[in-house]
Amino acid sequence: MNPQDYIAEHIKNLPRSGIRDFFAIVSEMPQAISLGIGEPDFITPWKIREASIFALEKGKTSYTDNRGLLSLRKEISSYVSSFFGPEYDPQSEILVTVGVSEAIDIALRAILNPGDKVLYHEPCYVSYAPSVSLAFGEAIPVGTIPEQSFSLDPEAFEKAWEPGCKILLLNFPTNPTGGTADKQKLERLAKFAVAKDLIVISDEIYAELTYDGEHCSIVNLPGMKERTILLHGFSKGFAMTGFRVGFACGPDWLIEAMMKIHQYCMMCAPILSQEAAIEALRHGTEDVMRMREQYQKRRNFIVRRFNQMGLSCHLPRGSFYAFPNVLSLGMNEVDFCHRLLREQEVAVVPGTSFGPHGQGHVRASFSTSYDKLVEAADRMERFVESIHAETDNVSAVV
Amino acid sequence: MSDLLKILQETADPDSSKLAKILDLGEEDVEKQLRELKESGVLLGWVPLLHPSKSSSNAVNALIEVKISPEREGGFDRLAHRISKFDEVEACHLMSGAYDLMVIVQGENLHAVASFVSERLSTIEGVLSTATHFLLRSYKEHGHLLSVEGEMNEKPPVSA
Repeated sequence: MNPQDYIAEHIKNLPRSGIRDFFAIVSEMPQAISLGIGEPDFITPWKIREASIFALEKGKTSYTDNRGLLSLRKEISSYVSSFFGPEYDPQSEILVTVGVSEAIDIALRAILNPGDKVLYHEPCYVSYAPSVSLAFGEAIPVGTIPEQSFSLDPEAFEKAWEPGCKILLLNFPTNPTGGTADKQKLERLAKFAVAKDLIVISDEIYAELTYDGEHCSIVNLPGMKERTILLHGFSKGFAMTGFRVGFACGPDWLIEAMMKIHQYCMMCAPILSQEAAIEALRHGTEDVMRMREQYQKRRNFIVRRFNQMGLSCHLPRGSFYAFPNVLSLGMNEVDFCHRLLREQEVAVVPGTSFGPHGQGHVRASFSTSYDKLVEAADRMERFVESIHAETDNVSAVV
Repeated sequence: MSDLLKILQETADPDSSKLAKILDLGEEDVEKQLRELKESGVLLGWVPLLHPSKSSSNAVNALIEVKISPEREGGFDRLAHRISKFDEVEACHLMSGAYDLMVIVQGENLHAVASFVSERLSTIEGVLSTATHFLLRSYKEHGHLLSVEGEMNEKPPVSA
């Protein structure tokens, strides 16, 4: 019996996440300082955890409406209206999901026929291309570049378009680059989406963690609400990664199509997480602002240190990731990460884990305490100096 | 509040070289600012925060509610300052409500606190009454949870 004969072809061909490989190495080094963490270092605010405990004590252990608790959908509607802009009907235009990851999956599966194409920007979150493949779509990555702080470039999307494109998948602010999208560029992209009759899936999970200027959602632009699925959740801004709760807002016909998949494969998001999410939206926004203030200070610190040590790094306008360029050291991003981990015990993630356009960069999360950030920056500086010393010695010998 | 003060409150670490790196200042600049904060009385000092039951101290802590007579000039201030000067007094606050001063006292043992209350505090002219409450167990101290298990905050070292 050959086990591989029993694995579906499209799963066999699905690459393993580079993050997972790196995780295996770092896990063996508990003493290393990790800037590889892709979630808030804060614990979920107590009032939110307590709401979930209270719900458990009250015996709330049942399934909920497939779409999520109506009380949560009403809170989501109100929050989305005040933070993002548009109004959504809690009865028919909002679906509570198990994180944004599930929402992306079911949105793609609801829309794509085999061979349909999805335009998205890269470097990007690790699941985008695999999720498109799992939905039998064709991924068309569009590079964002450091010279533009990895921000949205509508012209690049226009050039990359080809017949068969059905979806435009966006994630601003972006994991791993911290890139954002300004209104002017979004307007041009919105016109492009209308002209090419594209459905827009906009993953705005880092929206609250926008540091310079206000977050601007494409869904507010003319012609967009009727063709956009806005995805958001509680993992990042509210530090609720383990609760696994997110949501999708969109036209009722799209939400209904997603609901069909959700009801069969997931049934509903866990009720205790939904109860926690209600508390988060009612009373947790001040905590979000407090955490954002911390991230912003840490961002300013770590980006300054990267540039001071000679690793060119743009200022990420959102998320909690810095994305410095390491090519000046004469090595690629994978070698950099492995040597840095081995020689100075600091973990950062190779940029190519987020797609080929991340070449030459590493992702360093500043979702960690000042103490660790200062120590990590000192160690990285020593590493950079040691590489320069090596290069100087080689030059001297030659 | 200055940037230095904000960072001090967050890191609770007086290491001037680390503070200099965070604030992108010279170490001398940070030390100068720290000196100025101390001289102006904004920064009172540094106190190591110890776990009460793990620090191998048998010290006894008590909260004492004190009623005192206000004075025509100065109200409660003179007596409050006088009480505050005793070494046994860790903190002293003027309160609203049923009593006037909340005095937090630490002594080597129960006897030491009892002696302080009966022989020193209650004999001060103007002190009308005292009610002493001994601390049995602490659960949170200066923002730090003291429970045995603490808070789990172990995250995967690398994640997407």
